[in-house]
Amino acid sequence: MLEPTIGLEIHIQLQTRSKMFCSCKNSYGDPPNTNICPVCLGHPGTLPVLNWEAVKLATKLALALNCKVNMESYFARKNYFYPDLPKGYQITQYKNPLAEDGFIELRNGKKIRIERLHIEEDSGKSIHTEDGTLIDFNRCGVPLAEIVTKPDISSPEEALFFLQFLRKIAVYTGVSDADMEKGNMRCDANLSLKQEGSKKMGTKTEVKNLNSFKFLSKALKYEIQRQKKILEQGGKIHLETRGFDSKKGVTFLMRSKEEAHDYRYFPEPDLPPLKLADSFIQEIKNSMPELHWQKEERFMREFGLDRKTAEVLCAEKEIGNFFEETVKFYGKPKELANWTKTEVLELWNQGLKIRPESLGTLLKIVDDGKLSRLKAKEVLEEMASSGKSPEIIMEERELSQISDEKKLRVTVEEIIKENPDKVEKYRKGKKGLMGFFIGEAMKRTEGRANPKLLNKILGEALKNGE
Amino acid sequence: MNFSRISIEEILKLEREKRVSPKEVWNFFARRREELEPGVNAFITKVKYLNEGNGIPVGVKDNIIIKGFPTTCGSKILENYIAPYSATAWKRLKEAGFSLSGKTNLDEFAMGSSTEYSAFGPTRNPWDIERVPGGSSGGSAAAVASGMVKFALGSDTGGSVRQPASFCGVVGFKPTYGRISRYGLVAFASSLDQIGIIANSVRDVGYVFSIISGDDPRDSTTSSLPVPSYGEIFKHIEKPFTFIYPEGEFLKGASKEVKEKFSSFVKLLISMGGKGKPVDLSFMTHAIEAYYIVANAEASSNLARYDGVRYGLKAEANKLKDMYFRTRTKGFGEEVKRRILLGTFVLSSGYYDDYYGKGISYREFLRDKMNEIFKEGEFLTLPTTPDVAFKIGERQNPISMYLEDRFTIFANLSGLPAISIPFSLSKKGLPIGFQILSKWYNEDRLLSFSEMLEKKIDFENKLIKEA
Ligand SMILES: [Zn+2]
Repeated sequence: MLEPTIGLEIHIQLQTRSKMFCSCKNSYGDPPNTNICPVCLGHPGTLPVLNWEAVKLATKLALALNCKVNMESYFARKNYFYPDLPKGYQITQYKNPLAEDGFIELRNGKKIRIERLHIEEDSGKSIHTEDGTLIDFNRCGVPLAEIVTKPDISSPEEALFFLQFLRKIAVYTGVSDADMEKGNMRCDANLSLKQEGSKKMGTKTEVKNLNSFKFLSKALKYEIQRQKKILEQGGKIHLETRGFDSKKGVTFLMRSKEEAHDYRYFPEPDLPPLKLADSFIQEIKNSMPELHWQKEERFMREFGLDRKTAEVLCAEKEIGNFFEETVKFYGKPKELANWTKTEVLELWNQGLKIRPESLGTLLKIVDDGKLSRLKAKEVLEEMASSGKSPEIIMEERELSQISDEKKLRVTVEEIIKENPDKVEKYRKGKKGLMGFFIGEAMKRTEGRANPKLLNKILGEALKNGE
Repeated sequence: MNFSRISIEEILKLEREKRVSPKEVWNFFARRREELEPGVNAFITKVKYLNEGNGIPVGVKDNIIIKGFPTTCGSKILENYIAPYSATAWKRLKEAGFSLSGKTNLDEFAMGSSTEYSAFGPTRNPWDIERVPGGSSGGSAAAVASGMVKFALGSDTGGSVRQPASFCGVVGFKPTYGRISRYGLVAFASSLDQIGIIANSVRDVGYVFSIISGDDPRDSTTSSLPVPSYGEIFKHIEKPFTFIYPEGEFLKGASKEVKEKFSSFVKLLISMGGKGKPVDLSFMTHAIEAYYIVANAEASSNLARYDGVRYGLKAEANKLKDMYFRTRTKGFGEEVKRRILLGTFVLSSGYYDDYYGKGISYREFLRDKMNEIFKEGEFLTLPTTPDVAFKIGERQNPISMYLEDRFTIFANLSGLPAISIPFSLSKKGLPIGFQILSKWYNEDRLLSFSEMLEKKIDFENKLIKEA
């Protein structure tokens, strides 16, 4: 049996105010070439000046990933020609990275080791049009953390878990939005196959630009099959760089080993060694927030949630925080969790937000039997879009639940009168028709009928004629 | 009044006392420039009229950026480049009131020792216009020596300030690496480059040094050590002072005449109360190799940005690769191409350890050695150049040009401050200068010592005698 060996290389943009080596704004989505200056455009005579905020964020990320932070690290130049690389080299770290030897732990206790974490500058963005290539230098010089794993990953699922884990860590620590759609987080993978149990690694290929979670899985699955087929037919895998065509769902050859760049790394003479003080590390350790996996465990412990629910709630930092805020107003965490992981999350994904106290109030209203669950969802939506309180919405829409026995009895009697045949059948034993009567009553009360009360009245009314 | 022969300090005093106007000062030098520049070709860009400042004209090597002015680096590739910002060193001079006379000629990207490798024609030595002024700051040295400017800024990567100063009979000073901000100095070899000062006297060099040096937040390699003010720089050098000088093989590469002059220089120092100690400098033998490895490696990377994409020359082509090839083929001169190729080679994978790695370890070794050497004496004296200025076109072999730097590169490899002061004239009537080096950041004592020697030597720059 052949089994895959996978290593990942991930770039994460660090959420600093200014770029890594100049004072230009680090901001996504601004009009092209508005956040630029002589330094990040590589004008002659300009020099880089390190932004310590970038070092701080990268160190925070490194510590959250259990890395050993090097008290002295160095910058290096990676030389290659490309139009979106103004200096003709990228300032990165090579021999002595900021941090090394980290790991994350999978659910089953398996560790994925992290070889290194270093900081470097991003390049500009080439925009290929029919009339030629345009370059936006806004991104040029934005600080990045590059994280390289050991080849410890043995399936696309583990790879996906790792990447999602990393994204959560980045968001929780405030290091980055890590939004793959915006290119805040980008991933390359190294993949090879070897005989199960064997120590001897196969020849690997590098798959570049796996820029969504979906693409990562798809590309790895495809590449495993591709390599398998070749090996099973007695062929050989070549050391090469491959791209992923997301439309066709296939990987394709980008360049072979012979065409590989010689980056001619050498120490960056314009920057002194990066030396960290113990107090610097301590300060970052002290400011380390609760990480997603810690929060998950706490939610399970404190609120009695199951792992799956805790995971869903903590996948997005904001949702987890929202849940915890709302618990203060509504003391049934499990019920709240159900609402949060479904309705609230759905609204949140559409960019709609709800105030914790409003949700708390709404759920209490439901508990008091003044509003049906169904109607509560509608109210919730309007709360999110208008920001109004649930009471006001209910008043405006005349939505409160009908718990008036007399009113409901009138409706039930109407239904019985109009459906003698069904009443007949019910009374003869076709009890399944209860659903029809309930549905009919809900229709006529626009879903406002108090279900418990309705059940009771219906049961009595249908019994009467038996 | 001959403003070439009085100090900056004195000119400013006269201006303060309203005995002369900035305009008079400016015009004095402008007349010299008008008269001599056609023969010397020291400038690439000239400022025609005085429009601001104290009228004391400054030559700025054309690899130092001044906002709104062309900065060509003596290269076609930057022929039309107008800088959008100013170098820190120039900013400080401007804030101090100095007036720009122009941007001076240089070997393309400061790569050369004769100013012959300029895309804008060679600069000629004002002592003998058949000869080179040295390089790469040849335009700056020639302009100062001929009295066209009061002083000039140059850059010194392997001797590019001191060697032309020696050829032109003026003072050339390269401070400790990290003393003067490199922000706005177009990089040749970043770990060796340092802005230097060329003037007719050590005193004026000190004046400019006190203004332009010191910590700059825009250059992370500048030192935060305080810089002595002009009033604090010049001190009394107590006797006996200690100095060291090379013995044995080391001077082998120098001409007979330079060797003879050097030994009378040493005798003079002893006669002045110096305790001289000969030292074996044979460990410096590999400096030339180390220097050309490190310098070219860094240059190959520093010059990658001239690609036709954002500024400077751009050759038309349909494919990106062709655009790169054509732009760089057309834009760079022979010597620059040679160095880019050499530098690219020594950094290539598989060769790094053999070349660049060794270059770096040699520098560490050299620094340690220099530390030891300075235990023997405070000042190290060396010739500046192996011989006097050579004729234009005489050096065709690049290696023989590289060997021009044999006495100057230690200061760059080790980061030490070094000054060249004129000593005497050769039989042919050409200036010969000698170097003095001292420990890192010991510039105040180095300048004080040099001024003491300068007074004793009493070298006469006949070019500025009558003006
Ligand atoms: Zn910038």
